[in-house]
Amino acid sequence: MDAPNRAYAPLIDASCPSIEVRDLTVTYPNGVTAMRAASFDLGPGTICALVGPNGSGKSTIFKAIMGFVRPSRGEIRLCGLPVEQALKRNIVAYVPQSEDVDWNFPVLVETVVMMGRYGHMNFLRNPSRTDRMKVDAALERVGLSAYRHHQIGELSGGQRKRVFVARALAQEGTIILLDEPFTGVDVKTETAIIGLLRELRASGHLMLVSTHNLGSVPDFCDEVVLVNRKVLAAGPTAEVFTQKNLEIAFGGVLRDFELGGRALHEDDDTRRVTVLTDDERPLVFYGGKARRRKEAENGTREPEAK
Amino acid sequence: MTMLLDWIVGPLSYPFMQRALGVSLLVAAVCAVLSCYLVLKGWSLMGDAISHAVLPGIVIAYVLGLPLAIGAFAAGLSCALFTGYLKENSRVKEDTVMGIVFSGMFGFGLVLFTKVETDQHLNHILFGNVLGVTVRDLVETAIIAGGTLLIVLLKRRDLLLYCFDPNQARAVGLPVRVLHYGLLILLSLTIVSTLKAVGIILVIAMLIAPGATAYLLTDRFERMLPIAVAVALASAALGTIISFHMDAATGAAIVLVQAAVFVLAFLFAPKHGLYAAWRRSRSFSQGASESL
Amino acid sequence: MSALFTELFVPFSYDYMLKAMWVSALVGAVCAFLSAYLMLKGWSLMGDALAHSIVPGVAGAYILGAPFAIGAFFAGLLAALGMTFVKARTRLREDAVIGLVFTTLFALGLLMASIWPTSVSIQTIVLGNILAISDEDAFQVVVIAAISLGVMVFIWKDLMVTFFDESHARSIGINTQLLKIVFFTLLSACTVAALQTVGACLVIAMVVTPGATAYLLTDRFGWLIVIAVALGAITSFVGAYLSYFVDGATGGVIVTLQTLLFLAAFYLAPKHGLIAARRRGLAPEEVAA
Repeated sequence: MDAPNRAYAPLIDASCPSIEVRDLTVTYPNGVTAMRAASFDLGPGTICALVGPNGSGKSTIFKAIMGFVRPSRGEIRLCGLPVEQALKRNIVAYVPQSEDVDWNFPVLVETVVMMGRYGHMNFLRNPSRTDRMKVDAALERVGLSAYRHHQIGELSGGQRKRVFVARALAQEGTIILLDEPFTGVDVKTETAIIGLLRELRASGHLMLVSTHNLGSVPDFCDEVVLVNRKVLAAGPTAEVFTQKNLEIAFGGVLRDFELGGRALHEDDDTRRVTVLTDDERPLVFYGGKARRRKEAENGTREPEAK
Repeated sequence: MTMLLDWIVGPLSYPFMQRALGVSLLVAAVCAVLSCYLVLKGWSLMGDAISHAVLPGIVIAYVLGLPLAIGAFAAGLSCALFTGYLKENSRVKEDTVMGIVFSGMFGFGLVLFTKVETDQHLNHILFGNVLGVTVRDLVETAIIAGGTLLIVLLKRRDLLLYCFDPNQARAVGLPVRVLHYGLLILLSLTIVSTLKAVGIILVIAMLIAPGATAYLLTDRFERMLPIAVAVALASAALGTIISFHMDAATGAAIVLVQAAVFVLAFLFAPKHGLYAAWRRSRSFSQGASESL
Repeated sequence: MSALFTELFVPFSYDYMLKAMWVSALVGAVCAFLSAYLMLKGWSLMGDALAHSIVPGVAGAYILGAPFAIGAFFAGLLAALGMTFVKARTRLREDAVIGLVFTTLFALGLLMASIWPTSVSIQTIVLGNILAISDEDAFQVVVIAAISLGVMVFIWKDLMVTFFDESHARSIGINTQLLKIVFFTLLSACTVAALQTVGACLVIAMVVTPGATAYLLTDRFGWLIVIAVALGAITSFVGAYLSYFVDGATGGVIVTLQTLLFLAAFYLAPKHGLIAARRRGLAPEEVAA
């Protein structure tokens, strides 16, 4: 399997933030190998999408980066440091999926954002003036200052997502992991989050976004890592995020349909519109000839990198 | 050989032991059947809760002159229903609510018991009194346990579907609410029937161990039921006999024998046991090293 | 009328009653501190299981004449190891594993008590007997409770973060594994202490109910802890006091009080109570902005 060379290029510049994954293999005690020999590198000022069907190992990669699972083989380095050390230095911030949060937890919006500062506080976790200022700034940036005294369960779907983004901002982690940030979120919030991520990229942050929202990926992601129990491809979006690669990665579990011919054009234009979706915003390709049915039945091809 | 036979049969020459064995076997059978469902549905806490909640019901029934079994049943069922009500109407988690309700009821039951002069011994309610079982107790237990067993066996497939996938059950038109409350009622009845034999504190063991053991020994629910029952019957018989010879609490002995059987299954179950898994991993690593 | 009044003060004139009331209050307070966390995670079964699991250890300690805390410690360790081991190696669900282990250990304790009835009063273990607690036992209880309370005061914020979002806790450098081990160690220790005041069957109430009541009264976790600890201490103190008039059953009285307060909060709490929610025309969980 030939992945693009970039995945194996040695790291020339060890600046922070960076994620290096080398030959990562994770096997759970029940015998399932959730990820095999994964390798990819990400550097500063990048937004990278982590894409793959359910059960493809996306959350395994996140867990490995957060140190929840030990690799059976291979290693991960964050800013050149082993995971455990990097975590102690507040390098990584984590924005969880909405489903993983207990919205009935008795904490206010500002408390959650303040939790982002805990790594910067002393042992007794007493907030300093700096801490308070950073929390205020983070709340301001995501537009939740008016809601700071609300219990988190009282917020709408879009607002809930923003609380945790604010926490990541307050934490000042240079690597930000976002777990399905667009699930259940309205267009306005999606736009707001994407805008925020772009700003963060401009200031040098590295963001790894696990997402089913295929349509948004070409919008704002510079790079893509395609996984299905192993890394199928990793590299710039334009190279990796092709219809062919997606169909291989998702192995037929994508919903797709094509519009072409008379349904689409009034003339003899042969270009077709292909719509792919893995449940959220669909990805739309236009142009080129449609692939023939026979090709699609062959499931053993490798993903392409132009 | 005759010594072994003597050891087993000797105690049974006493009528009280015969009755004790009879009650234990009946109770073991019905609990074993219920335990298959409880283990699958994840209702261990529910069983724990209902078994403790019966205490105030027993005392109140005594005060009102009603059969104790009725009071126990009413209290047990109320615990489950009240838990549901509290959970639906507050933000407190279900398991938390269950703990609050049943421990509150049990605590209240203890206060009542201390204040009301009953002819019951608290020890007998808590731990059973299988060696003091009368013929009337035996008949009562047989009726309740037998009836419960019959209903469960008749409805066993519907109950299984409900436990495994309530949405699917609803989709094929099963009356899910009826099944839910039905299972609760059957559970309460089962617990009430065991009061004489093992008491409210230990019944939860009888409602988990046989099902858990059977779960390790088979992948098919149809087999789980008879295996659980067989395990429970054997444990009850052995436990009763052993407790006679050791002059120890019968209920506790039965539970410990069941636990020992579970440990055996845990170690040696043909597919899911520890030994089998170890052998699999050995052959896997040998195979893997060969294919490299 | 004044006779009634004098009657009410009688318990305070007895040393054993004062000891019982203060020890109960201390145990109630620290258990309530833990309950703030347990009730949020829905760990009722775990709390009940721990209390029942240590019974054989306590029984064994009494039989051998050793301090009950030591016996409880070993039994608790055995329980934890057993549960972890069985859970890891079978496909049994967690609740079945917990149920299996604790009922087995409890039955073992009962068996031991039935064989050596003079050394071990199973009734004391199962129902508690704070009114008759010996000075050595009381001393052990106070030490355990005081140390636990001290540790909790230091780590409560990090615990809050860990239980709310473990990934985030790790990302800010908290050693979540260690913290969880400390928490469960404290829980075991307080279970041992509560065994003396309310007995094995009612410990679950002490480590769940006060926190749940406070949860209905506030949205701020810090206040939740304060309210829970106050409730736990007061109900334990008053419960011990009242049990003088009820011929014992201290545990029952304490737990009944705690449950009644919970029910009161369930109905009357200003924001999360049923009546308040109905007046707003909502189900209590939908307190949307």
